[in-house]
Amino acid sequence: MPRRIVLLLVLAAASSGCANVEPWVKPYERQYFADIVMSAERDPVAAAYINHVFEAREGARGATGSHGGGCGCN
Amino acid sequence: MAAIALLASGLARAAVLPDDRADVLYHRYDGGGVTIDGPSVLLRKKFEEKYSVSANYYMDMVSSASIDVMTTASPYTEERTQGSLALDLLQGKTQYSVSYTLSDESDYTANTASFDLTQDILGDLATVSFGFSQGWDEVRKNGDNAFEETIDRRNYRFGLQLIVTPRLMTGLNYEVITDEGFLNNPYRSVRYLDETSARGFSFQPELYPHTRTSNAVSINARYFLPHRASVHGEYRYFTDTWGIDANTASIGYTHPWGKRWIFEAGYRWYDQSAADFYSDLFPRADAQNFLARDKELSTFTSHMFSLGATYELSSLGWDRLRRSTVNLFYDRINYQYDDFRDITAGGAPGTEELYGFDADVFRLFVSGWF
Repeated sequence: MPRRIVLLLVLAAASSGCANVEPWVKPYERQYFADIVMSAERDPVAAAYINHVFEAREGARGATGSHGGGCGCN
Repeated sequence: MAAIALLASGLARAAVLPDDRADVLYHRYDGGGVTIDGPSVLLRKKFEEKYSVSANYYMDMVSSASIDVMTTASPYTEERTQGSLALDLLQGKTQYSVSYTLSDESDYTANTASFDLTQDILGDLATVSFGFSQGWDEVRKNGDNAFEETIDRRNYRFGLQLIVTPRLMTGLNYEVITDEGFLNNPYRSVRYLDETSARGFSFQPELYPHTRTSNAVSINARYFLPHRASVHGEYRYFTDTWGIDANTASIGYTHPWGKRWIFEAGYRWYDQSAADFYSDLFPRADAQNFLARDKELSTFTSHMFSLGATYELSSLGWDRLRRSTVNLFYDRINYQYDDFRDITAGGAPGTEELYGFDADVFRLFVSGWF
């Protein structure tokens, strides 16, 4: 049930008048986010591989910001 | 699984499709008596700034003489190949992504289909994403043609990425994963005290519950430093219906040097409690309904130290290649188990040395953008 509530809240926010919110960081202030050192997944193949290593060696999984698949890690 | 987080990289940024690129990677893992290496190749191509297609081929070549293998079986080699296809569609500030992944090895086949939706909101200061994956696995057993089991897997995920200040970006991810089917390893055994055995213990096949549901939530942040470098950190909490609770924390630093180099350094800490039905040594045969002696379900801690370097290559004389890099990443991971013992070390049952090992992980790859 909590999952559904979170989902509804986010859907409501996404579909409401949020686009009218005054941006607290102006477009001309966002140049740092275009810099390569701020890229979270600059190297997607390398990031996917290390996540695979973690999933194969650890009991925990998920919430990495990416989707995985079955790897026969059992 | 995973070799394909890349196909969901749209989760990190919507409204712009990822650039055309090609990556060729060699990976190698060496630790605990196991060596795994192989290639991974990614190709991604945009069409009309509205569609993006990507394909990935990945291979693991495994040579295993792990502690499990040395305890109850013989060293072996095997291969796993994985192929993925993904299609992204961009409409305004909404990105739709579908992908399909097939992983195959001699005794395991996994099929995964995924759908993700990403939406920019709040004047492009935030990105929300939802995703769902359905997996169908087939578990087999080499040497036993009659053995065939299945697993049904479902992932539900939610993500939020937020620009907080001109230098700070934060993110939240939440994921629920459910599995149903044959979840244990058909080869692995548990051990139990047995006075009739010369060693004082014997083995029987492990037996897991047929269902598992896990919840994981993570937060992350990335900050742009005044001298053109960045620091980032992440924390994740995990819990599941098997009784495993895990904490993961990591921190990293990225620093460009000159016009061509980027250096990275990082540290990651991981800690988990054991599954309710895990034991290194059960008191007797069939001691309880479910039995596990998989060290990945035990209580343990790991520490990982990472170093990475990226070098921007000169023009390779090919007009269509906008830029290219060569990259090397090295990770040293230490695993120390609190309730998994090294039987090969000898000693009275239950008093053997606790197990631990170091692993070296290499990623060497070239990337090109078109």
